[in-house]
Amino acid sequence: MTVAIDRATGKRRGDRAPRPGLGQRLKHSYQKYWYAYAMIAPVVIVLGVLVLYPLVYGLYLTLTDANSLNTARTIGVNHIDATYKFIGLDNYKDILFGPLSYDRFWSHFIWTVAWTALCVALHYTIGLGLALLLNQKLRGRTLYRLLLIVPWAVPTFVTVFGWRIMLSDGGIINSFLHMLHLPQPSWLEDTFWQRFAAIMVNTWCGVPFMMISLLGGLQSIDASLYEAAEMDGASAWQRFRYVTVPGLRSVSSTVVLLGIIWTFNQFAVIFLLFGPTSAPDAQILVTWAYYLGFGQQPRDFAQSASYGILLLAVLIVFTSFYRRWLNRNEQQLAI
Amino acid sequence: MSTTTVETSAAVTDDGPARRPRRIRGREERSLAASLASHGILIAGSVVALFPVGWLVFLSLGPDEDDYLHPGGIWKKMTFDNYSFVLQHTSFFDWLKSSLIVSLGTTVLGVLVAATTGYAVSRMRFPGYRKFMWVLLVTQMFPVAVLMVPMYQILSDLGLIDSYLGLILVYCSTAVPYCAWLLKGYFDTIPFEIDEAGRVDGLSPFGTFARLILPLAKPGLAVAAFYSFITAFGEVAFATTFMLDDQKYTLAVGLQTFISEHDAQRNLMAATAVLIAIPVSVFFYLVQKNLVAGLTAGGTKG
Repeated sequence: MTVAIDRATGKRRGDRAPRPGLGQRLKHSYQKYWYAYAMIAPVVIVLGVLVLYPLVYGLYLTLTDANSLNTARTIGVNHIDATYKFIGLDNYKDILFGPLSYDRFWSHFIWTVAWTALCVALHYTIGLGLALLLNQKLRGRTLYRLLLIVPWAVPTFVTVFGWRIMLSDGGIINSFLHMLHLPQPSWLEDTFWQRFAAIMVNTWCGVPFMMISLLGGLQSIDASLYEAAEMDGASAWQRFRYVTVPGLRSVSSTVVLLGIIWTFNQFAVIFLLFGPTSAPDAQILVTWAYYLGFGQQPRDFAQSASYGILLLAVLIVFTSFYRRWLNRNEQQLAI
Repeated sequence: MSTTTVETSAAVTDDGPARRPRRIRGREERSLAASLASHGILIAGSVVALFPVGWLVFLSLGPDEDDYLHPGGIWKKMTFDNYSFVLQHTSFFDWLKSSLIVSLGTTVLGVLVAATTGYAVSRMRFPGYRKFMWVLLVTQMFPVAVLMVPMYQILSDLGLIDSYLGLILVYCSTAVPYCAWLLKGYFDTIPFEIDEAGRVDGLSPFGTFARLILPLAKPGLAVAAFYSFITAFGEVAFATTFMLDDQKYTLAVGLQTFISEHDAQRNLMAATAVLIAIPVSVFFYLVQKNLVAGLTAGGTKG
């Protein structure tokens, strides 16, 4: 039995001698790799059953007009068979180009992109700033670190309710603004302020992860690089620009990608902050798709699933470009 | 070239006269102002980080549901009544039980299923390796909306809506690939020489994994387990939709029941929130160092 451990030398397929016939190849690869395949089999099976099958089924549903009135269901002892029918790509056509598609899809799409960009930018800048501060020799550093990760330690579904009470009319934030003689927006009712509040709460929730990851990155930068830079007379800004930034690059590219995916898919913050039905304009695509499929009557399963597929497509395209872009810059993604 | 020269000369003219008379500062030493500014920002940051949670704790002590409007009044009538009410007259313990069943189930299943895979993708290169890693990555970015509708249909066909098993299976769809990633990252940090030694001594690849690597990878397994637990514990969307019986709500769903359209029992909600937050955050603080290392250092060349 040959050993397949090759220490991730990056040996690509295809640098072997002339290819034997297909049957031969299958047999060879079975003999050589059967234990690798045996080891990944559990995950392959689980993913096949729990992800691939629902995904295919979901794709099929997007090609139908399924909703809660025509899918198979059981009421009491009566079983009603499904009566939805195949309508091809009409759902996608309707979502992307149909009447009112701007209000139903594109406005949410633009808001989702803005939300993702703003949140991740805020997470990253604030996280980096705090990480830089925590990376100095400072009295009480550990205490600060422990306090600053509170938003991450407490489950989001708990803290969002805290924010909801704070932001409500007459809540502490508006009382505070009143004390300062500032205008008191109705955070949970006006579209603009809803969006503002959503970004604020999500930023609060997401900064600790960025901070801690970037702090880890900062601590792994070799101190002698800073010494050398200082010897060469580099100013604080130059040290940051030419030592810290390149040193953080691999951590940054990973956490930014994770941040983008998580923020794009962020469900709990918006759903819990505004409740399931209010704030239609502050819904990002994920919560909007949820609303279509489960928050309204009749439930529109087909449209909801189509939104889901579109969202996934956006993310996959984005990630592919991101990886390609990283590879071009000779970086590898460390997830 | 030219720009650097310009910059340095500018810097010299700017700082030169001011700095020369002063004592030369060593590395890692800062002026008093810089220290104060650092402390100031960090204190402000800590206050912002702590305040919403602290505010919940404070409100949970007020006996009346509208106390949040007059927080000053709470000082005079502080009481633990909310806590005793939540513990005695709500389904708190049922919710806790559901949350624990579902989260622990997800954790055990996720780690068990993912362990061998993490090892295989860390040590072996097989045809289809890159595609497989890509699949693992892509499954992690599934928005809830993609799987929710079909899962709902499939689970209701199987009669698994409103059952713990159904929810565990749904959570496994994200927990399993994520655990595989995390574990791969951890296995990568275990020297290959150990495998080689095992192979030389005649262990099969499975033997190497089970007898040599697995015992060494306990911290990694713990991180993966903890991470699955936390995600399952805090999941909102699927739990809200798939659990219909209020005895089977998880905590994330149960907490929402305090605020309905007609009635908002904010004091009880705050007390419940605190009851949930305390054990989870204690647990979190105990393992957070490992968690961070596991999340970011799982480097791979996918």
